[in-house]
Amino acid sequence: MIGLQHYLTLSAMLFVLSIVGMVINRRNLILLLMCIELMLLAVNFNFIAFSRFLGDDAGQIFVFFVLTVAAAEAAIGLAILVVLFRKRRSINVDDLNAMKG
Amino acid sequence: MLDYYLIIVFSPLLAAALAGLGGRRIGRAGAHTVTILGVGAACVLSFVVLYRMYWGGAPAENINLYTWAVSDGLRMEIGFLVDRLTALMMVVVTFVSLMVHVYTIGYMREDPGYQRFFSYISLFTFAMLMLVMANNFLQLFFGWEAVGLVSYLLIGFWYKRETAIFANLKAFLVNRVGDFGFLLGIAAVVLFSNSLDYAEVFRQAKSISQQTIEIIPGQPYNAMTVICILLFIGAMGKSAQAPLHVWLPDSMEGPTPISALIHAATMVTAGIFMVARMSPLYELSVTALGVVIVIGAVTAFFMGLLGLVQNDIKRVVAYSTLSQLGYMSVALGASAYGAAIFHLMTHAFFKALLFLAAGSVIIAMHHEQDIRRMGGIRRYMPITYWTSLIGSLALIGVPGMSGFFSKDLLIEAVRQSHWQQTDTWVYWIAYLSVLLGVFVTALYSFRMFFLVFHGETRADAATRSHLHETPWVVTAPLVLLAIPSAIIGWITVEPILFGGFFGGAIVVAPEHDVLARLGVEFWHGSLGLVAHAVVTPVFWLATAGVATAWFLYLKRPDIPETLCRRFKALHVLLERKYYFDELWIRGFAGGGRRLGDLLWKKGDQFLIDGMLVNGTANSIARLAGILRQLQSGYLYTYAFAMIIGLTMLLGWLVWLQ
Repeated sequence: MIGLQHYLTLSAMLFVLSIVGMVINRRNLILLLMCIELMLLAVNFNFIAFSRFLGDDAGQIFVFFVLTVAAAEAAIGLAILVVLFRKRRSINVDDLNAMKG
Repeated sequence: MLDYYLIIVFSPLLAAALAGLGGRRIGRAGAHTVTILGVGAACVLSFVVLYRMYWGGAPAENINLYTWAVSDGLRMEIGFLVDRLTALMMVVVTFVSLMVHVYTIGYMREDPGYQRFFSYISLFTFAMLMLVMANNFLQLFFGWEAVGLVSYLLIGFWYKRETAIFANLKAFLVNRVGDFGFLLGIAAVVLFSNSLDYAEVFRQAKSISQQTIEIIPGQPYNAMTVICILLFIGAMGKSAQAPLHVWLPDSMEGPTPISALIHAATMVTAGIFMVARMSPLYELSVTALGVVIVIGAVTAFFMGLLGLVQNDIKRVVAYSTLSQLGYMSVALGASAYGAAIFHLMTHAFFKALLFLAAGSVIIAMHHEQDIRRMGGIRRYMPITYWTSLIGSLALIGVPGMSGFFSKDLLIEAVRQSHWQQTDTWVYWIAYLSVLLGVFVTALYSFRMFFLVFHGETRADAATRSHLHETPWVVTAPLVLLAIPSAIIGWITVEPILFGGFFGGAIVVAPEHDVLARLGVEFWHGSLGLVAHAVVTPVFWLATAGVATAWFLYLKRPDIPETLCRRFKALHVLLERKYYFDELWIRGFAGGGRRLGDLLWKKGDQFLIDGMLVNGTANSIARLAGILRQLQSGYLYTYAFAMIIGLTMLLGWLVWLQ
């Protein structure tokens, strides 16, 4: 029988995976965006699991919101990425340190 | 007579502007013509004014010409107060100035700064006239500073000489010390009377003298004493009274004509004139008069002694000037203002004469000023010799000469003045100083005279072959100055000292009025005074001085050297001028510089700049340098930081439960 803890475990694994992906990835900005998406999906898993477990539908409504926002964010993120690439001819994360103090 | 006053004051100014700004268009001849015409016009009209004031019975005039500014009820005006005191000063200033103008044609003939020089001395005449004709303190201060400025410019006239630049800076700075007191004095006058006008201030004098001022809290001083002493500090600077006298001997770096005009006859007497003009104020403060007499006595005696060891012909005369200015101060302090002004006038003539004669010798000697290398010049320069003799005799007060009348009566006035005063010892000291000063005066005057004109010629052969009398533009002023030096005392002593010449211009409290007392008890006409001179100590001291000078410097020239060796310490003390220069230059100026250095390096550079301004910036920069390490600029670092923060926040929430 698959219970709540399995879902939570899966979600935690996805979350940690995305963090690790973010920190150890030194090359590709797209990968970074994907990691953020993955992180949001991990959160969505939690919402749905708890919604089902507690019998409260509000959690599932939230998931829709999160997905909508994530879609918009991905669109903007990719647009910025395209502009950045045109300007710098690179999406290598190691090259992007203009904010270095 | 307003038209006259305007012409008198502004024709020298106009002439100065033309000569100074005319440049090549006006030329050298044009420069001296225009300035001599300007000053000549002023001189003639000054004589006319004096004539009308005294013989014509014209009343004193107090005219306000122009209101410069009104601030909070305080009117700053430009105007003239012309009474007999002013008229006498105007005549002295313009006459000596005219003589010096003529003389300069000869003295400066080969100087490239010829036009500049004429422009300056005309400008000086204007400034001095503004000073003596002022009817308010502001204009007095204007004239005071303007003559100081021209004096500065002229001392440093040969601006390529290092010593001249040092001397003019010294004169300017020492005068600033005096002017500081003078300005405070004027401020105190305004504080108590809310007016700059002489007449108004004098009207309120009585009420001012009843007020007090606390300079140090809890220590009330009489307001009039404070005002008078502060004003006298200004006079000490300008009239070179000890200890602010140090600039005058150094001012001899300037050309000789200005030494005669500015540093002997006119500008340095501005302080004496000012105190006499302020007599209604000084009469109300016995303390201030005591200060004046003590300073004067110290200057009169001790500065005269310095004249004995100087070897520069001009410096001997300069120390003589200091000493004579001391005499005038003593007379002021004894409330014998008339005697001070009388001595001022006679001194202006004979001291200008002595300076110009010294200048004549200097020209003939090709700018050699050391009296040890002169001697026996009498044969070559008869006019200079005789005029110098008249000047020296007038200076030491030989009966009949102008200096005799002024100095003898001045000393007599000081002797009498102790009767009505409370602190009699002050007056005894002053009397002794001026009496012994007579001997010293005779000694240094004739030491110089004998060394320059008598004995054998010590100049080298080249100089000797060129030695001849100077041209007429040089000797004519000498003769024209020798005449008043010799005879003016005869004519003017009675009206000026005992005939009420000054009228209301000089106010003396009846209980201080020594001159009135002298007039009753002592005065029996000029001839009587000359006859009486033979039994006074003054005459015998002067004779002794001349005899000593003759014995020491002509008969037995080896004795002075022996004396120098025997009294080494004293000689060094005199040679170093009582170490006043060291006191001022090392002590005050050096101390000031060291203090300034300390404040600059420790206070400004270290504390304010180092610690506060740059220190703040530096510490922020250091902190930022550490913090900026955190800003790598890589996205993953920020993401990681966010996650760490999130984890810590969550951990904290969990820990709270």
